[in-house]
Amino acid sequence: MLNAERRKTILLLIPVFLILGGYVLYPALRTALESIHKNGVFSLQNYSDFFGAKAKANFEALWNSVWISLASVFFSACIGLPLAYIFNRYDFPGRKFFAGIAIMPIVLPSLVGVMAFMFLYGEAGLIPNAIKDIFNLKNVPFSIGGISGILLVHAYTMYPYFYMTSSSALGNIDPSLEEAASNLGASKFKVFWKVTFPLLTPGLVAAALLVFMVSMASFSAPFLLAGGFRVLSLQIYFSKINGDLEMAATQSVILSMVSISFLLFMRWYQSRKDYRMASKGIGAHRSEVNNPLLKWVMVSIGILAMIVLLLPHATLLILSLVPDGAWTWQTYPQSFNFENFILLFEDPYIWEPVKNSLIMAFLACIGVFIFGIFTSYALVKRKFFGKNLLDILVMIPWALPATVVGMNMILAFNTPSPFSFGKVLVGTFWILPLAYFVRFLPLVVRSTNAVLEQLDDSIEEAAQNLGAKWFYTFRKVVLPIIMPGVLSGTLLAFVQAVGEFPTSVLLYTIGNRPISIEIMNQLRMFNIGQAAAYGMIQVGLIAIVMFISSKFLGVKAEKSLG
Amino acid sequence: MSIVHLETITKRFGDVTAVKELDLLIKEGEFFTFLGPSGCGKTTTLRMIAGFYYPTEGIVKFNERNMTTVSPENRNTGMVFQNYALFPHMTVFENVAFGLKVRKLSKEIIKEKVEDVLKKVRLEQYIDRQVSQLSGGQQQRVALARAIVIEPDILLLDEPLSNLDARLRDEMRTEILRLQQEYKITTIYVTHDQVEALTMSDRIAVFSHGVCQQVGTPTEIYNEPINDFVAEFIGETNLLSIDYVSKTPDLHSYQLCELDCKVEVKNDGANIAAYDQTDKLSMSIRPEAVIVSEKSLEGLNVFKGIVKIVQFTGAAVHTYVELNETVLIESTNLNKGPATYLNVGNEVYVQFPAEQIRVIPEMKKI
Ligand SMILES: Nc1ncnc2c1ncn2[C@@H]1O[C@H](COP(=O)(O)OP(=O)(O)O)[C@@H](O)[C@H]1O
Ligand SMILES: [Mg+2]
Repeated sequence: MLNAERRKTILLLIPVFLILGGYVLYPALRTALESIHKNGVFSLQNYSDFFGAKAKANFEALWNSVWISLASVFFSACIGLPLAYIFNRYDFPGRKFFAGIAIMPIVLPSLVGVMAFMFLYGEAGLIPNAIKDIFNLKNVPFSIGGISGILLVHAYTMYPYFYMTSSSALGNIDPSLEEAASNLGASKFKVFWKVTFPLLTPGLVAAALLVFMVSMASFSAPFLLAGGFRVLSLQIYFSKINGDLEMAATQSVILSMVSISFLLFMRWYQSRKDYRMASKGIGAHRSEVNNPLLKWVMVSIGILAMIVLLLPHATLLILSLVPDGAWTWQTYPQSFNFENFILLFEDPYIWEPVKNSLIMAFLACIGVFIFGIFTSYALVKRKFFGKNLLDILVMIPWALPATVVGMNMILAFNTPSPFSFGKVLVGTFWILPLAYFVRFLPLVVRSTNAVLEQLDDSIEEAAQNLGAKWFYTFRKVVLPIIMPGVLSGTLLAFVQAVGEFPTSVLLYTIGNRPISIEIMNQLRMFNIGQAAAYGMIQVGLIAIVMFISSKFLGVKAEKSLG
Repeated sequence: MSIVHLETITKRFGDVTAVKELDLLIKEGEFFTFLGPSGCGKTTTLRMIAGFYYPTEGIVKFNERNMTTVSPENRNTGMVFQNYALFPHMTVFENVAFGLKVRKLSKEIIKEKVEDVLKKVRLEQYIDRQVSQLSGGQQQRVALARAIVIEPDILLLDEPLSNLDARLRDEMRTEILRLQQEYKITTIYVTHDQVEALTMSDRIAVFSHGVCQQVGTPTEIYNEPINDFVAEFIGETNLLSIDYVSKTPDLHSYQLCELDCKVEVKNDGANIAAYDQTDKLSMSIRPEAVIVSEKSLEGLNVFKGIVKIVQFTGAAVHTYVELNETVLIESTNLNKGPATYLNVGNEVYVQFPAEQIRVIPEMKKI
């Protein structure tokens, strides 16, 4: 139709498809290819091994992954939904404050969070031992580990998905709908089940699918807590460590299939026409809790929940203040000071991983920032054949478990390829920034999509009508308007890249070992204080980014989880 | 300033024909209005003139220059969007200066021009405001200033007043007319509001379902509609289906289908629109032309009826008279005091003056 327009679209799409093809599609295909080879010859042996009796552990791991994920969905929903309902529908002292605390789990990077849980509730954990001492028990009353540990960590880190989707859905429900139901004689309970809950369902299903996917992909929790328990994401890592790349590829393919089918299901589910609210933007109305007893029960529960939610953060802080050697055989740490932080800034060897992480995350984010803007612009503002394909290509790295992304990188770039300019990337510095780029690209594209969809087409047309060429319009009109959204997405990608563990553990070299790897090393050497200090840096970075996002970019902290 | 010439333009979106075989010649300096219900293809036509769509068939010319596939930034049209489309991250000054900066004018000239045009739209004191801090009417004026300041050959306005409340709408209507007359820009104005169209335009094109039904001055369109759609869409009217019976040199005689009696119409181009043998015919008479009286009336086309509703609107009084179960006639009179109002239930005489009736064919279906 429009020749000039067409040309621009094609010029825009060429680099987009090249990069996605080279760094998303090609690696995935290499993995698929590797999985149908045994000792270099074509065979389906790997698959029959996977499901056969020979490697029973694999099938068991797949099954474990699935039921752990289902259980995680269940527990997260059980925490998230009631919490959202209470905070959105009842007014009691401190409500706002508690509601803010409720999303605190998202500022804890997964590896660091798991570590904090280990030292809190594990065999030698502070809580079980404190209870033992207070009540003079012989043994610790309880401790987490294995399945219970994984489930606890999952519930803690994943309930915010439910909490946030339910909160925003509840906020969007027109109060007059519920009032209409009451007015027609429905009891409170009936109103909830017949009116409120059906309206929440789309959001809850989306959250459930998301939690399922995240927990299928979960790596840090099983890595640190599983013991002998097998899950599929971990099996991939073990296969790779044992040098069986073909089996690792097969396991990756199977895990990917589960994840991608969930992605497709989710796209289908969300594209279905559902009943949206007819009226919007009406502030939620909250019932004030008047019964003083009930009020104080609620406040006490709130305080208790707050303590439980913040304990991991507090533990991390306390551990980071324990100097090397001050906590060996004793039940509790013996002394506190800032030695770990001072060392961090004075000892170049200890500082190096931080520097590595910052540099690599920065490089990845420059790429993600530039490339994300153009990809998102093409997706939202241009019409072309194959748009759905592009959309799916961009979202694949988001659906794929990090371990799989790591494996894809290894299998694609352990031999020279045109996309690596004929070089082997595995074992070099560049493989990690590239992996971070691929992994966090969807995050930036999604946050940019959100702002671009808000931008009315007529704004661009107005500029064009006034005589501005496309690039001028893009620079002077589109970019400034979408910049806050893009920046907040990129900043979030940055902090996540700094804390990234699963791809790092598969791809790091001695020269570029990032923070998360050094945390593992320090834990192995029982230098818990230093590990926690590294963790605190990540938490600090996340806190700063959230502050910037909400203060200067006008993005709500809840939104940034995406 | 330009002549706009659309030559048999058709625009299709997939299966939907948004505009069909449109021929229009818009004169230099003219205030031309596209009028029609929503979805009839007004915006699509406007966007083809601005260059945002290219016609599937046909040619767009400005002053004999073929512009059909020229891109929007090279057409020098000034468009005011329905939602204003102000740049939200810029001040009033920056918004208005945008088109001038693109044209690479010097800083001093830009400043001078912007200040000048803002004075014209009475916004000079808001020059450094962020556009989000302006009211709807002020934003509308910024959009106008931004479009005018580039001295466009053609000014395009797409329902510019539909987001404003009634009082502001009146005010902006005068404002737009004043500016148009001052700059003498060829202006194309899109609206679905017939009052707006009638009061502002030099000429109007009435659209329905992608087809331009009639082009004419407001009085032509109102007094001499060419079919039932135009007659009904513009203003109020009484529409009755009729069949041709006979004629004399002075009068044409028609049978009123629903009333089972005859009606005589003056034989004149102003009273009888062009039609074919096969067309279904109607007669249209405006409420203000219908005479209603309690005393018996002399002359042609007098019918008896019963007053059903008397509606007082302030300046005017509407009287609805039932001639039979299916025919309700509206008559409008200026308010001349309570003594002149008819009483509901009374028997009255209704007259359609032969020189006030217009005979029209049914709109051609596509
Ligand atoms: N970009 C488009 N793609 C598909 N159909 C369109 C598009 N723009 C307009 N249409 C269709 O063309 C017809 C005319 O639309 P439009 O010109 O916007 O009407 P109006 O401005 O008179 O309300 C409508 O049926 C509309 O659905
Ligand atoms: Mg329109």
